[in-house]
Amino acid sequence: MKTHEQIADDLVLYALDELRGADCQELQEHLETCSSCRRELQQLRGDLGLLALSSSGPQPPARSRERLLRSIATEPRGVSLPQAAPRRSLWAALVPAFAALGLLLIAVLLTRNNTHLRDQLAELGNRNQDQSVQLARLNQELRLLTSPDAVHVSLTPQKAPKQPSGTAIFSPSQKRMMFMASNLAPVPEGRAYELWIIPASGAPIAAGVFKPDEHGNAMMMDHRMPEGVEAKAFAITVEKEEGSDKPTSPIVLMGAVG
Amino acid sequence: MRLVARIRAGDQQAMSELYDRYARVVYPVALRVLQDAAAAEDVLQDVFLQLWRNPDAFDASRGSLAAWLAVISRHRSIDRLRQRRPETDIEDCVIAGGTDLGDETERALLIGKVREALAEMNPDQRKVLELAFFQGLTHTEIAERTGEPLGTVKTRIRSGLQQLRAKFAR
Repeated sequence: MKTHEQIADDLVLYALDELRGADCQELQEHLETCSSCRRELQQLRGDLGLLALSSSGPQPPARSRERLLRSIATEPRGVSLPQAAPRRSLWAALVPAFAALGLLLIAVLLTRNNTHLRDQLAELGNRNQDQSVQLARLNQELRLLTSPDAVHVSLTPQKAPKQPSGTAIFSPSQKRMMFMASNLAPVPEGRAYELWIIPASGAPIAAGVFKPDEHGNAMMMDHRMPEGVEAKAFAITVEKEEGSDKPTSPIVLMGAVG
Repeated sequence: MRLVARIRAGDQQAMSELYDRYARVVYPVALRVLQDAAAAEDVLQDVFLQLWRNPDAFDASRGSLAAWLAVISRHRSIDRLRQRRPETDIEDCVIAGGTDLGDETERALLIGKVREALAEMNPDQRKVLELAFFQGLTHTEIAERTGEPLGTVKTRIRSGLQQLRAKFAR
């Protein structure tokens, strides 16, 4: 544990951009929880700003201006907009509400990640209100989807047999996922469906077991995505009830990401 | 801060206005640190390009753009001097009672006041600030250079900055 004096010294070094390594990390952690040190750092930077301004005077050469303007003309805008979540493919027989739900989730995530919010304080209030409305609607839809008496009706061409389908929605930044399926065949006693994340490289990763209800519908809400896995595809197979380490039966459903 | 907002929107004209207003803040700092006009010009380019690429790095609600640019210029110059990669992002640069200091007259007044404060300072103290800020020496290097104990060097830097601050406290 550092003394107050040591922290004060580190703050000066940090403001001077001279603090490196473990000391730097330790101070950054401290700054996160100590508002008086954050204020002091801000002040120190101001002090250094004054010091820096004391050397104002000499003009840069005229060509420098042209050089900068040429550079920015060829540079794409570097606005740090939040990255859009990767598009995911949806199965053909997807219930439209699920897609809407996914979009709604992404919209909420994007809005929350918006780095420009600080500059748009006035707008923020309105947006928050919109978000609350969206979230309320989202909650309502989730309640409907998870309600035990919810009736799922899939519409298909009249004579075609009902095809099983599934949808996985995940967010790499949130490290969370959900999965929904319909028209699944019942599983034999002691067996269950198992969801697999198929990574860009390596073996499939088990992502939970589930059993469909009597209508063939199933849903896994709010699962954690395993750390550091880049999902290339999702698949389900029939496995033993408690789940397998690796798929042991043919793939029932599969969908690639993107 | 309208200029930064326009830059955020990708307005190249805003960038040239920004350059006209602040190049005379950014360049002299780099020149003083690097003592080399060509290298200082490169830093000048880097600093403005950095703002163009990532205008959000500067938080207008939390400080003076002139002071921020000056400090970034100092940091990038020291990085160059030491041939190391930049590490710290700075967002805020609050000068007591300060504004964005885009106005030349306002800036000249402020700079006069800073120079006055430096002139009033004990010469040893001023020297230590110079070594730490414009020459980028570490505290240990300063102690070796001046023959003073490390603790004294640290105290001198801190109290020097405090004196500067006191001059501007309302």
